Amino acid sequence: MEQEQPKKVRSEFIFFAWRNTKLRIGVSILLVFIVFAVVGPFLVKYDPYEYSGPMGAPPSREHWFGTTIFGQDVFSQFALGTRSTLTVGLLGGCIGTMVGILVGLLGGYRGGMLDEFLNVITNIILIIPTLAVLIIIAAYLEVRGILTQSLFIGLTAWPWAARAIRAQTFSLRVREFVDLARITGRSSLRIVLTEIAPNMMSYLLLVFILQFGGAVLNAATLDFIGLGPTKGVSLGLIMNNAVLWAALQLGMWWWLLPPGAAIAAIVGALYITNVGLDEIFNPKLREM
Amino acid sequence: MGRYLGRKLLIYALTFFLAVTIDWMIPRFMPGDPVSLMIARIGTRPEAAEVLRGYFIQAFGLDVPLWQQYLNFWKALFQGDLGVSIWLYPQPVIKIIQRAIPYDLFILLPAILLSWFAGNHVGALAARARWLDNTLLPVGYLLTATPYMWLAILLAWSLGNVAGVFPIAGAYSFAIRPHLSLRFILDLLHHWFLPFLSLFLVMFGGWAIGMRNMIIYEMESDYSRYLEALGTPQKLIRKYAFRNAMLPQITGLALQLGGIVAGAVATEVVFAYPGIGYIILNAVQNQDYFLLQGCFLFIIIGVLLANFLIDIVYVIVDPRTRLGMTGE
Repeated sequence: MEQEQPKKVRSEFIFFAWRNTKLRIGVSILLVFIVFAVVGPFLVKYDPYEYSGPMGAPPSREHWFGTTIFGQDVFSQFALGTRSTLTVGLLGGCIGTMVGILVGLLGGYRGGMLDEFLNVITNIILIIPTLAVLIIIAAYLEVRGILTQSLFIGLTAWPWAARAIRAQTFSLRVREFVDLARITGRSSLRIVLTEIAPNMMSYLLLVFILQFGGAVLNAATLDFIGLGPTKGVSLGLIMNNAVLWAALQLGMWWWLLPPGAAIAAIVGALYITNVGLDEIFNPKLREM
Repeated sequence: MGRYLGRKLLIYALTFFLAVTIDWMIPRFMPGDPVSLMIARIGTRPEAAEVLRGYFIQAFGLDVPLWQQYLNFWKALFQGDLGVSIWLYPQPVIKIIQRAIPYDLFILLPAILLSWFAGNHVGALAARARWLDNTLLPVGYLLTATPYMWLAILLAWSLGNVAGVFPIAGAYSFAIRPHLSLRFILDLLHHWFLPFLSLFLVMFGGWAIGMRNMIIYEMESDYSRYLEALGTPQKLIRKYAFRNAMLPQITGLALQLGGIVAGAVATEVVFAYPGIGYIILNAVQNQDYFLLQGCFLFIIIGVLLANFLIDIVYVIVDPRTRLGMTGE
């Protein structure tokens, strides 16, 4: 009987996951972009910054997304840009979620002065506009890579996650099974890891998805202002170049529109996935 | 109420203190040497570079001990001295920012307030009409997922470049000198519309979805069920649900401010609209650190003020905070 339990839960999850249209749409779009980010850069014919074609040409068979005003292939930039944008989202989302979990669990379970202290810090960082801090940090960095960018984005994005996880921990730590674990003399760390964290796994997944989307948007804005990676390509950087070199005035839509459309599609797919998963984890929200 | 606002004010004071400290620390403790960077950028003869280095070191106040630099930084701040811009040398940073702020308020205030009101009402409507809900949900999620600059680019390209209905750069035509006349005001509004619209639309999606979800949640709650059981008209129950759902939306507005500021920065860059965002772009391109630091401080001050205003509104709207029933 004991052995049966997890298997049944999992198959029920898959059953509802497959029935949920939102999740299907969201995950499919995400998969398309992930596959494209992995495979795309191997398929491109040109170096992203190579002057490979006519200047400012609209899409053609040679250049699927046309060329920039300097004659660089937009599709090559787009493929590499998608890869780096997804990487920043994944890394930044991971870091933001981790810090949020750490601060939220610690404050929520321990309570007392530590919680009070962490809560004040969380509230302060929550108010400071993330992008303003990122701008000022990035401006002083001489060399900016994707890793540093993800690190800083993750380190400034955690407060809301910490707050939400703290609230969840608060409600879980007074449950009977946690009391029981405490009576058996387990250490706080083990209780948090084995009793509390597993009970909000679904919630943590949702937090990660939102952090992922936030990191993608933050990175895009930062790149767009001209504080992106100093070497390499990203979707925000393509838009930055396009706007700075008057693609708007010249009506070069093939240069302007694809990168932002990809970001909107990725983040939109993440949000839809989030809503779909929420419906699966939370039976109250399910559409029957 | 006093306790509630007092606690908030304490947090804001600490936030401001931290922000100023960050603003002071980053140029001094980041790897790399901003002074050399600026000199390299200006790129003059060696003897001139030495003079420049001396000037910058003095301007940054780097020739005194660290604790004194920190105190001086605060002192200068309270005198409104944020240094001199490099991009628009020799104008003081504070003058440049003062000129930009009206433009920021001009697009941000209407966009925030109108999108909040419209989003809340459309969201509440969607919670009761299936057909509206089915259109609002996808559109809303698409709008919130759209990066601000991309919607701005899309609008500028379609309505500005292709249709040619709206101008795509600046706050007013270059041909007109700012003065008080109908012609200038119309021109100003003409340039204002697209940046406003793109900010409005992205925010609208978020508020509408938030309100829709909140109303559905409130309609499931005990008081709604109880009223329903008593035979209260649906309209009245919805009214109560709406009023309760407003509260998280007000808190949400405070939490969203940072994101909205970021959106305004990106939007202004697209439209070359002369607010703080456009200044930041130019400061980044010209490595004008004083100007960047000044913009950072002004954004923080603006967000803190807005937060405090929202707190006051919250106290007025929610009587429980006045009676001291909720600490936070």
